[in-house]
Amino acid sequence: MIRLAGRVALVTGGLRGIGRATVERLLEEGASVMVADLDAAGDDGLGPNTAYVRLDVGDEDQWRAAVEAIRARFGRLDILVANAGIGGTGPIRTIALEDWHRTLRVNLDGVFLATKHCADLMAESGRDHRGGASIINISSIMGLVALAQAGPYNASKGAVRLLTKSTALEFAGAKLPIRVNSVHPGFVETPLLMETSNADALAFYTAGTPMGRMAQPSEIAAAIAFLASDDASFMTGSELVVDGGWTAQ
Amino acid sequence: MGGGMDGTVALVTGAGGGIGRATVEALLAGGAEVIATDLKAPSCGTLNLAQDVTDEAGWAQLATVIQERWGRLDCLVNNAGIATVSTIEDNDLASWRRQMGVNVDSMLLSCKAMLPLLRESGKSRPGGASVINLSSVGGLGGAPFMAAYCTSKGAVRLFSKSAAIEFAVLKYNIRVNSVHPGGIETAMMDDIIDAYVRLGVAPDRATARAAVDAQHPIGRWGKPEEVASGILYLCSTASSFMTGSELVIDGGFTAH
Repeated sequence: MIRLAGRVALVTGGLRGIGRATVERLLEEGASVMVADLDAAGDDGLGPNTAYVRLDVGDEDQWRAAVEAIRARFGRLDILVANAGIGGTGPIRTIALEDWHRTLRVNLDGVFLATKHCADLMAESGRDHRGGASIINISSIMGLVALAQAGPYNASKGAVRLLTKSTALEFAGAKLPIRVNSVHPGFVETPLLMETSNADALAFYTAGTPMGRMAQPSEIAAAIAFLASDDASFMTGSELVVDGGWTAQ
Repeated sequence: MGGGMDGTVALVTGAGGGIGRATVEALLAGGAEVIATDLKAPSCGTLNLAQDVTDEAGWAQLATVIQERWGRLDCLVNNAGIATVSTIEDNDLASWRRQMGVNVDSMLLSCKAMLPLLRESGKSRPGGASVINLSSVGGLGGAPFMAAYCTSKGAVRLFSKSAAIEFAVLKYNIRVNSVHPGGIETAMMDDIIDAYVRLGVAPDRATARAAVDAQHPIGRWGKPEEVASGILYLCSTASSFMTGSELVIDGGFTAH
């Protein structure tokens, strides 16, 4: 499908996993993509309609520079996918405050700063589309239900869920043409999760998912592309749960 | 939209109404063949039939028709529904049962009758066969003067989740999701506005309409096409990891 011709997207954490699959999907649908990541881009073969900016999503000065880079390179921003995220687990009585802050800084500050600094440019660009501009914040099923010893991660993703709704209401109330929704993936076969999970953990993810398997990153990317497009023109403040049935139980 | 549904066989109930008709049109535009039903046969589908969704024998006949012509069903859109507007004290049992019959009994009858055809699709369709049940924002939160309707739509929400898990556990490769529209520009919403005036809840249509408008942060009601595009996403392979989920298309209604 080509639903996003002429549109410009920013994907944070865009080099790996869900972010990388999202970049590929948005390109397929005709968008140009600014790929933001903490890692260096290298020679990753993403193609001509992309640009790369190094971005630590928890650093406000870097956000100002990133948005200026988007403005200079593309002149507009129609789609923001706030995808960058890290884990955050451990027994609550032993978690160091700095580890707690590290998770919240990336997973929550990163989403806040993304919206704060992209909104002006997106408000301009959104007027060109029936469905406006679209912000897609990547939460998780761990923003809806909890797991033991996932306190920092649960807290960060739950916060993203309601930050998303509050932002959606604020922009709708201000008549800004920007929709804001959250995506809640279940367990996805990302490099990060596969590298950090032992066999028991992987078996738990699979057995706990009614569909009996983990998701491919491309299946989350397809959901993100739907929200990015005018097909979701009446959706704002919603949660798109893509979890193989995990939270239906 | 466009594309992505070539060769898909879909059934849409309530296809004479706003969302139903828009869904049929979106599926056809995407390349699907669509069986469209309503109490009075609609005219928008590949095949158009009269159907009372509360009639079990009628469901069996419809399954036979689809079996003989297509041999499978890829997408089932259970859209037919009615909305009772009444105070609880004036809601008579016959009206209550009618509300539950059309909105809830139909879900069971539909899934039962279509299951063999859906399973056949699930054997080969990438992303699996897809059942989409129309709930409402009224299936997520209560509303005054709509107890029967909200009860029925809440039931649709959890029927969908249960069916989703059951079909997953049974390895049928059939996904089941619910769709929750907010206020949409349809004849049903017009009737609801009229009923508010009739009940004396609002002095006139403009006031009743303004009250409903105010519940939608986006500042307007949705168009049937904006629900149809969400349904099409759930029909398509793009939603291959979604089952038991709620697609809320409500302009922010339930975000506050």
